[in-house]
Amino acid sequence: MTRARLLVTLLLISLLASVAFSQVRREPPVIDDPALELRLNKLSQELRCLVCQNETLADSRADLAEDLRDEIREQMKAGKSDKEIIAFLTERYGQFILYRPQVTPATYLLWFGPFILLLGGLAILFYYIKQRRDQIAEQPLSSDERRRAEEMLRSGSGKETA
Amino acid sequence: MLRYLIPLGLFLVLVVFLAIGLGRDPREVPSPLINKAAPTFRLPQLQDPGKTFSAEDMRGKVWILNVWASWCVSCRDEHPLLIEYAKSGAVPIYGLNWKDKREDALAWLDELGDPYVLSAADLDGRIAIDYGVYGAPETYLIDQSGVIRHKHIGAVTPDVWKDKFMPLVQQLNREGAAK
Repeated sequence: MTRARLLVTLLLISLLASVAFSQVRREPPVIDDPALELRLNKLSQELRCLVCQNETLADSRADLAEDLRDEIREQMKAGKSDKEIIAFLTERYGQFILYRPQVTPATYLLWFGPFILLLGGLAILFYYIKQRRDQIAEQPLSSDERRRAEEMLRSGSGKETA
Repeated sequence: MLRYLIPLGLFLVLVVFLAIGLGRDPREVPSPLINKAAPTFRLPQLQDPGKTFSAEDMRGKVWILNVWASWCVSCRDEHPLLIEYAKSGAVPIYGLNWKDKREDALAWLDELGDPYVLSAADLDGRIAIDYGVYGAPETYLIDQSGVIRHKHIGAVTPDVWKDKFMPLVQQLNREGAAK
């Protein structure tokens, strides 16, 4: 029993190890300019990996992300500014590559939509509360209702003391 | 009555939005290159590395550039379809072999057949970046003046071929003949 369990554990470990070893990646480039790598890292935090779309270019290990980082590195070495590099990428991959979309007419809804919804919600809430308050204020108790209410209060307080 | 209809109405609006959202493919990123000049390149040919191929060589023709690789699974699905489209002779199909090994790519074409007039070898993927490629297969339709008229991401299914590519090809050929 314990022996079987040990066997299974060993098998699992060897399986995991084989998975780990099969993920051979290309060698990371030799960092000859730490300042440039820092700049690259900072810029690629702002960019989207197109293969795994919820990852930044800095985090992604997709092949294309490596290529794009190489491309950005080359352009930085060639003296291009961050703005020029972003323009280069959006020309090819569109706004989608920007993790933080630019504020343009096409993205107004994206940027301001939530605030419009919030304001709309507040307006509806305000209107609703005001209407309710008016409704309550408009309806005084009739003499019959008043008599019944007093009766209830009286019998209620009577029970409490009993 | 109204107090029940309003939530129902809101719910229906939500359902419509969600239905549209579910029907779309999130992997399909609209390309900014549509109706722009196809990026120029000059690459060695896959079969004959001594010769080169350039988008410029195709001036005056309507043609298709299909990005493929031997490691790409959907390309394998797409391949027999491409062979069929190529056989129909409607439009010449050229390949862009993306980040592949030459011997792998050649073996692949040997095994499965070659729908391409020729393939350009973009072994380091540099040209694919110019074309905004992020996943193979991707297919571009380029017109006589070298402008990208359509881009399809993923395998070109018979429906896509019939409904998207063929009408455009015919329209472009008509326009070309009229000139």
